[in-house]
Amino acid sequence: MITVGIDAGAKNIKITFLKDGEVIATGISPSGFDQNAASEALMNETLAKVGLTHSDVDVICSTGAGRKVVPGAKHVLTEVSAMARGSLFLRPDVRTVIDVGAEEGRAIRCNEAGKVEDFAVNEKCAAGSGAFTEAMARALEVSLEELGKLSLTSSASVPMNAQCAVFAESEVISLLHASTPKQDIAKAIHDAIASRIMSMCRRVGINPAIMLVGGVARNVGFVQSLRTAMEEEVFVPDNPEFVGSLGAALIAADREVETATA
Amino acid sequence: MKANYGYMDGSGDYFITIDTDKCVECETRACVAACPANLFVIEEDDWDDLVALIAQDKRKSVKYDCAPCKPVTDRPPLPCMAECPFDAIEHSW
Amino acid sequence: MAKEYWRWKEYNWRDEKRDWRDGKVITGGVDVGSVSSQAVIMVDGEIYAFSNMRTGSNSPDSAVNAMNWALEETGISMDDFDFIVGTGYGRVNVPYADKAITEIACHARGGNYMYGPTVRTILDMGGQDCKAILCDERGKVTNFLMNDKCAAGTGRGMEVFADLLNVSIEEVGDLSLDVEEEPPPVSSTCVVFAKSEASQLLRDGWSRSRVLAAYCSAMAHRVFSLLERVGVQKDFAITGGIAKNTGVVSRLEKELGLTALQPRHDTQIAGALGAALFATTLVEKGKGRKKSQTAVTG
Ligand code: SF4
Ligand code: SF4
Repeated sequence: MITVGIDAGAKNIKITFLKDGEVIATGISPSGFDQNAASEALMNETLAKVGLTHSDVDVICSTGAGRKVVPGAKHVLTEVSAMARGSLFLRPDVRTVIDVGAEEGRAIRCNEAGKVEDFAVNEKCAAGSGAFTEAMARALEVSLEELGKLSLTSSASVPMNAQCAVFAESEVISLLHASTPKQDIAKAIHDAIASRIMSMCRRVGINPAIMLVGGVARNVGFVQSLRTAMEEEVFVPDNPEFVGSLGAALIAADREVETATA
Repeated sequence: MKANYGYMDGSGDYFITIDTDKCVECETRACVAACPANLFVIEEDDWDDLVALIAQDKRKSVKYDCAPCKPVTDRPPLPCMAECPFDAIEHSW
Repeated sequence: MAKEYWRWKEYNWRDEKRDWRDGKVITGGVDVGSVSSQAVIMVDGEIYAFSNMRTGSNSPDSAVNAMNWALEETGISMDDFDFIVGTGYGRVNVPYADKAITEIACHARGGNYMYGPTVRTILDMGGQDCKAILCDERGKVTNFLMNDKCAAGTGRGMEVFADLLNVSIEEVGDLSLDVEEEPPPVSSTCVVFAKSEASQLLRDGWSRSRVLAAYCSAMAHRVFSLLERVGVQKDFAITGGIAKNTGVVSRLEKELGLTALQPRHDTQIAGALGAALFATTLVEKGKGRKKSQTAVTG
C-alpha cells in the first residue's frame, strides 16, 4: 500500500510517500501564492522521482494551514494529529511534541497510547513563530543558518525587551549600534523565542520525552536555547520539517487498514 | 478606576484589570504573595491611592508569565483572583 | 534617537497678551516622550508658554532643552516656579521636576483642558504605543489601557506599510481615501503577516491606494477594538500622530458612529499640559515649593 501525506505549510509544502510503513520519498517546495498548484506540482515531481504514477497511490492525506486546498486529498487532518502521529512513529516514548513552523507554534501532549490529550497553539503573532527568527536574521544581515551557528558561540545573556517582531527588529539594530557582539544578539533572539515557546508548553504540561519538530527545529541556536529553557533533553529528528507529512501519510495508512478490517 | 495592564496582539487580548476603587480598601495585599510570577506591586498611584499595579517590566509579557496558572484544560481558579478579598482583579483571557 | 512617524514641527509659543508677573502661581509640566518632548508653563492655571521639540539621545538633556525653549524671552527663571511635574516615558529623568506622574493621568487632565469637560474618551495613538483613556468631567481617569507591546495599531505599524509601498507617512491618509470602493481590510493583525499579505495584494495588481485603504481600515478596526475594551463614551477625542492621518480617522469615526472633537491647542502638548495642571492643583493643596507664599495665594 502506498499512502501520501502532504503538509501545506505557510512557507513550504512538504510531501512524504509511505510504502508499507517505510518512507520511500520526500519532497519540499515553497508554498508560493497558489498552494493548490504548488501541491500538484510537488506531487508530480515526487512521483517522477520514485518512478510511480498517480494510480499507484492508494490514498492522499493533507494537513497544514493550506490543507483544504490540496488536490485529491481523501482525508484532511489538523496539524496536531499529524504532528503527534509522526513524532510517535519516530520515537514511541515521546509525550510532548513541540512544533515550531514559519507562522505558528504548537505544543502537544500525548498519552502512552499516542493519543493527543491536550494542545496549545500560538498563531497570528509573529513573535512566537519562525517568522520572528527570520525577521531578526534580516535585521542582523545574516542567513538563518548563520544566525543559529552564531548563537552557539555566545554564552552571554543579553535581555531583549521587545515582545513584538517589529519592535524587536529596532532593538536588534540599537544593540548593533551599541556594539553588542552579533553572537550575543543571536543568542538573545533565540532565548527570547525559546522562553515564549516554553511558556506555551507549560499550558499543556510537559512530560518527557520531548520532541521538537517543524522547520525551525533546523535552527541549532534555537534548539540550544530551548533545551536550556526546558532544563530537559529535547530530541530533534533528522528531518523535522517532514514530521507533519509523515504523520499524515501514516494516518492515511491507519485508516485504510481500519476500513479494510471493518 | 479600572486599570488595564497588558496588551492586545495578533493572537488575542491579554489584560489584567485592577479595579482601584476596590483595591484601595485592601489591607491584606494578598495578590502580591499569591502570584508565583511576582506580577503585582503595591504603589501609590497618580491620585495618591496605595493600590496594586502590574510591575512595569511585566506588562508586555503577561500572557507568558501567567501561562503556568492557565493550563489549557481543567483550569483551577487563578491564585491572584482567589486570594483577592475584594474581587478587584480580572483577567481578559 | 527614536524615529519620527508623523510630520510635525519644532516650535515654541508664548502668550504675548499677558504678563506673568501679574500672576500668582507659576507651574510647569514637561513630557519626555520617545520621539518628542514638550514643556508647558502655566500661570494661574492658564497656558502661558510652551515648546515642542525632538527628544535627544538622553532624557535629562531633552527635558532641560524643552523647558529652556519654553522659557525663552518670557523673563521667567527656574526659581520662579512653584511646582513642576514630569511625565512621559522619561518622566523619572527630569532633573528639575518635583514629582513624576504617569502619561495616562496627564493625558486625561490635558485632554480635559483642551477639549473641555465634556470629553470622556481620549484615544492617543503615538509612534510606538496606543492609549485608550476614559475620564470624568474633571479629567480624572476612570478606565484606561495602553498597548505598547504590539506594533499593530501604532505609528510603527503604519511606517512599515509606508516603506513597503514607498510613500511618505504623511501621504498615507489621503492616498488611502483615493479609492472608488472600500476594499476589504487586510486580514492579519500582525504587522509582519499583514506585510506579506500586502505584498501579495500588490502582486495581484492592487493599486497602492487600494492596499493602503485596506490597511487603514484594518488599523481603524484594531483601534476600535482597543476602545471597545474601555467602552467608548461621548465626547470622543483623538490625540497623537494618528490624528493627522485622515485615512484612519475617517474610517474609525465611521465605525464608532462618532465624530472626534476639535482641540483648542496642538494635541502634542496634551501630556505636558496635563502635567502642568497637576502641578497647579498640587500648589493649591499647599504642596508648592514656596509654601509660605502659596498659603497666601490660597
Ligand atoms: S494568573 Fe497567576 S501568574 Fe497571572 S497574575 Fe494571577 S497569580 Fe500571577
Ligand atoms: S506586530 Fe508584533 S506583537 Fe503584534 S502580532 Fe505582530 S509580532 Fe506580534
